[in-house]
Parts: sequence; structure tokens; C-alpha cells
Amino acid sequence: MISIDPDVIKELADKGLRIDRRAFDEYRPIKIETGVIEKAEGSAKVELGGTKVIAGVKMEVGEPFPDSPDEGVLITNAEFLAFAHQEFEEGPPNEDSIELARVVDRAIRESKAINFKKLCIEEGKKVWMIFIDIDILDHDGNLIDAASLAAIAALLNAKFPKLEIVEEGDEKKYTIDYEQKTDPLPIEQRPITITAAKINGKILLDPNIAEESAVEGEVSMGVTDNMIASIQKSSPGGFTIEEINRIAEISLKKAAEIRGLLK
Amino acid sequence: MEQKLIVDGKRLDGRALDQLRPIEARAGVLKNANGSAYFRIGKTIAVAGIFGPREVHPKHMEEAETAILRCKYNMASFSTTERNRPGPSRRSKEISKVMREALMPVLFLENFPKSAIDLHVEILQADASTRCAAINAASIALADAGIPMKDLIASCSVGIVEGHIVLDVAGKEDTEGDVDLPIAYYPKRDLITLLQMDGMVTKEQLKQLLELAKKGAMKIYEIQRQALKSKYMEE
Amino acid sequence: MILLNSREIIGGLNMAERELVIPGDLLGEGIAGSGTYMENGKIYASVLGLAERKDKLIFVIPLNGIYSPKTGDGVIGKIEDVAFSHWIVNINSPYFGVLPLNEAVTDFVDLTKTDLTKYFNYDDIIFAKISNVTKTKSVQLTMKDRKCRKLYGGRLIKITPAKVPRVIGKGGSMVEMIKKYTGCQIVVGQNGIVWIKGEKEDLAIEAIQCIEEKSHTTGLTDKIKEMLENEEGGNNGTKANS
Repeated sequence: MISIDPDVIKELADKGLRIDRRAFDEYRPIKIETGVIEKAEGSAKVELGGTKVIAGVKMEVGEPFPDSPDEGVLITNAEFLAFAHQEFEEGPPNEDSIELARVVDRAIRESKAINFKKLCIEEGKKVWMIFIDIDILDHDGNLIDAASLAAIAALLNAKFPKLEIVEEGDEKKYTIDYEQKTDPLPIEQRPITITAAKINGKILLDPNIAEESAVEGEVSMGVTDNMIASIQKSSPGGFTIEEINRIAEISLKKAAEIRGLLK
Repeated sequence: MEQKLIVDGKRLDGRALDQLRPIEARAGVLKNANGSAYFRIGKTIAVAGIFGPREVHPKHMEEAETAILRCKYNMASFSTTERNRPGPSRRSKEISKVMREALMPVLFLENFPKSAIDLHVEILQADASTRCAAINAASIALADAGIPMKDLIASCSVGIVEGHIVLDVAGKEDTEGDVDLPIAYYPKRDLITLLQMDGMVTKEQLKQLLELAKKGAMKIYEIQRQALKSKYMEE
Repeated sequence: MILLNSREIIGGLNMAERELVIPGDLLGEGIAGSGTYMENGKIYASVLGLAERKDKLIFVIPLNGIYSPKTGDGVIGKIEDVAFSHWIVNINSPYFGVLPLNEAVTDFVDLTKTDLTKYFNYDDIIFAKISNVTKTKSVQLTMKDRKCRKLYGGRLIKITPAKVPRVIGKGGSMVEMIKKYTGCQIVVGQNGIVWIKGEKEDLAIEAIQCIEEKSHTTGLTDKIKEMLENEEGGNNGTKANS
């Protein structure tokens, strides 16, 4: 595979240009489709330019963690499918997919998007467990924003399956009827993750895969209406404090636009 | 009633809000490794060891024009109150990655094409800010190994605890605080090379947090430099 | 007697004039030499070591580090593999050395009839010169130098490559002194491998290791001389044979 020379991207950035002719603060076209997987409790497919991801929400009844006996559990995972990029390999999760899942998870958790207390079935014993699984179908850069958007869209799309509790003497039996969907999940915030890349000292949003090969660092911020809930710097490189403050400002503004795309 | 973490501007361990825990740093603590370091901040203890630049195995990982930096962050099973399950966790893999990316900007990796620098950091005891301790130890170890670099990288954490902005989150502040923000800092270029955050802050708070973190990192930077110098000044 | 690359020899200078520096330390303005880098017209240290200035040239002598091959260096290596028309040599570096047949042997060799192990076999130790290093670190060796040869017997020790110049000393003074007091043959490779052969190998090794340990201190030559004299009980060895 021959790819675009990072130097070309750097030179363009110096002139205020990008290879796909976008403005520095412009996202690629975003397409959100929800309810794409019938068998999941909630799902969303997100296209961010050429990047395509699907997030599915599955739910189970499980035990709470000992330190939060009255709260539900969230588990986020990401898979880089082998056909999504020539450099991806089958096998156990690697650094990149683990980081991606953890960054997505953090924005949801730290923004308190889910009211975990409302996922409690019986304190200390049974709670709802929410699994967000994200499949990367096509990698054209900025997986973090695409995956985060798919995750929150899938959560907003999700409905509890019907829970039947049968008491047999002292024991309670929990069975889930996945065919029947009931109430929506208690989603109270809509965090949006915005990724900014630094190329030749310039800050630009939503880097595509060619641009990611030329970055001097990327910063992703998960933001709510007026707060920053999570930050992750990824890729080698660094930012000045002024740059980070500027990115925070841009992220809050840009997220408001993207949030409008959520149903 | 829960115990307050901050009373009269003092923290549970008696520190002021902008004070680091006691720090001990030493260079060249291992015999076999090409470079090594010990870094302790409060109860958090990290040991870093470096091999390389050396031949790359497996061969296909080799890069024709640069050395590769391979980082491994690991927490000892005995490092935490409840035994830590051995082997790499998702958390440790993520930390290994961000740590590598925090250190790479200062290294002249292009001086050693087709080779590997292997860096392993073991957390012997964990009491918050372990990734910062790991980076601080790693940075000293890289310099100790004689690996060409532009500067040392210094790392520390800041957070918000009961509404107060604090430096070097530790103990209960880690589990009960509202915000945890570790950074790594590259002083010569005035760059933040590691940045993560858990918690909710306004952009004004973010500004204050970063300024305090930078101050803390500069103090650690001096301690790292001293550690390297004293290896050769003692006699 | 084998003495390598006099351009590398920096031993014997007054250590007090040298400053211990750390990567990132500002060294001033001038020409950036080894162990330094330049940014915005200023020179900074890139390695932990001792900074020095010679006219405009500013450089840092590292205190640690692996061996990075340089054209012209004499190195001690071990034959790792014997190929059809060349040998692969471990030179204590991330990169192996290649010794082609025509750089090793002067007589005509019929490759269809000759087993190359008759010249150099697996695990043989050689002293060779680096004739070329490419940008991507392909290292070519040659035996076409009067100092190059196979080393039989003796003992090998590894020292930090950065400390080789101290072991050699100014104009070879340090290694000559050890030879004189111990009567050993000593060959020092720029790659941090030292070959020692003679009755008092142990004493010679001890002296070399002592240099390595105290290389950054002042008055090193006197310290080593004192150590050797004490061991010898005042007897100045006279059977230096190389």
C-alpha cells in the first residue's frame, strides 16, 4: 500500500489547507442510523467520512460491584475488524482497540450519561449490566469520535428487555425476554467526543487517516453542554497549555452542533 | 458522617493543596539493564529498566528508518491492598501506550534504525498517580541508559477534591475525588505529552488544573535531574 | 600492539574542566558535536555525560550507552554465521557486521570447493575494522589492515562502549601502562569488547574494570597506577611483549 506522504499534509496545513479541502474546524459528513441491529437492545451505525462503525447495546442481569451495590454496570469493548484496514490483525484486543474502548467508556461514565442507580434491580444482588460493543468496519481516521457517537446513539436507542422475576421459595429467578422491549434506558447526558489533531503546529478537528499519519499529537475531549468530562491525549507528540485551552473551547462549541444530530 | 478530605486548606496527609508528596529518585538501580531508575512519590513506587537499542525480535516489527520504543507498564500483584491479578490488564495496556507516546517526543529514535528500545516499568506499590511515577522513572532510566534525548519528561497529577484544586492526588483523594488529571510535561518545548482526565470540569477549571500540573511537573523535573547527577557525584 | 582511532582518544584530560550534563542542558553556541543537538541556534546536551569544548566544537562524552558502529572503528567480534561468500559477525551492537570473503582473504578462493570455516569458523573471535556503515546501518567489515587478525585464546570482557577512550588513555597511555605492569597482550575494540591474554589476566581485567567504574573521576591514571603497583609489590613488570 502506498499512502499519502505525511509531508504533503504538513505543507498543506502550513498554508491553512487540508487534503480533503475542509476547513480546520470542519468535520467530515456525519451519518447516524439507529436501530440497525434488531437483536440488540439498542444500536447505531455511524459514518464519519469514510470511517464506519457500529455500536450495539446488549443487556444482562448480573451482580453489582461491591463498592456500588445499588448501581448498574457498564462494560465497553471495541473490535477492529480485520477487513477494516490492511494493518489490522485478527487476535486479542491490542493497545489501540483497548484505548479506544476505554476512551469511549470514560466519556459516558464521567459525564454521568447513564443514571446507574436506575439500573438497580435488587440492591447488592442484582443489577442491569450494559454492554456496549463497537465494531470498526472501516478505518478512515478519527475512530474515537465515530465510536463515541455510535455508543451514545446506541444508548439513546436502547430499551430494556422485559424482565420476569419468579420467586421460588427463598430464591428469585430472573429471566429476560429479549423479544419484548420496554422502557428506554435512563440516559441523562449526551456526551460528544471531539478529537483535535496538531499538524505542523496547527490545530484541526476530525483528522482523517492520512492526516493521522502526520499528527504531532491528538487530543480527544468528551464534553456535555457546558462541561468537559474526559480527556485523552493520544499519538506521540505534545501540546502547549494554550493549545489545550483552545481545544477545550472549540470542543464545547463543536459538540453542540454534533449533539443536534442525535435523535 | 464521612470524613472530610480537606480541612482548613490541609489534606488528610497534612499536605497543602499545591504540595507534592515526599519524593525519592535514583538512577542506575539495576545491574543488568542498560539503564534503570527508582522513583517513589509518597507510597507509590516505580522501578524502570531499559534494554537497548538492541536487535528487534520478532524481525517484522523492525522499522528501516527508526528505532521502535516498546513500553510495558505492570503492577506487581502485591502492589495493591487487594491482590492485583497478574498479567496485562486492559488498563495496563492503555497506560503502556500513553506512556510510550508521552516519552517518544524527546527521543532521537532516528539515530538507531532497525533497533528496539525496550522499557519496562514495574509498580511495586500503588497509591495513586502510578502512571506518573512510571513515566518519571522511565525518563530517568532512558537518560541513565545513555539514550540520546532532547529533554527529560516529568509527570504528575492534579485533581479536584471537594471543590478544591489539588496537586498530586493520593490515597482517598484518588477514589473519592471528583477529577483526576495526570499530565506529562516536556519543559524545553513547553509541551504536554500525556494528558488524560476523568471527571467534570469547566474550561476555566481546566486552565487552573493545567497551570498547577505544570508547576508540579517542574519540581519533579529538578528531582529527576538531581537523581541523574548524584549517580556520578557521590564518591 | 593495537591502538585504535586516535581521533577517539580523549583520556587524560583534566576531568575538573568537564561539566556533568543532562539531556536538555544548554551548552552554549558553536558547532554541535556528538552527544548534542542544536535548536534555534543553541546547543543542548542529548546524552548524560561530560561536556567539553574544543574551539567552537561542543560535544558530550557519554557516560553510558550501547555501541553504534562507525566507519573506521576497530571492533572485536564473534563469528555468528558462515554464509556462502561472507561471514556474519556479532559486534556487540544492535547491528551485525558482514565480512565479505574478498575483505577477509587475499588468496583466490574457489567457492565451489572451499569451506569458508577453514578461514573463520563459528565462535571465532576476530579484530576487524569497519569499512562502511550505510544510513540504514548495514555494517561492512574488513580484515585488510595490519592490526586485524583472529584472536586466539585469552579472555574477553565487556565494558561500556562510551568508556573505551578512558581505557585506552591519551595517546594509548592507559592501556600501555596496564600492559607494562601485567605483561598481558591487550586489544581494545571500540565496541566495548576487550581481549586480554597473558599470565596476569586477572590483574589486567581488574584494572580495566576499575577504569570503567571510576572513568568520570579525576586523577584516574594515578589511581590505576597505584593499584597496579600495589598488586605488583613494587615490581615493574618488564615482559611486555606486544
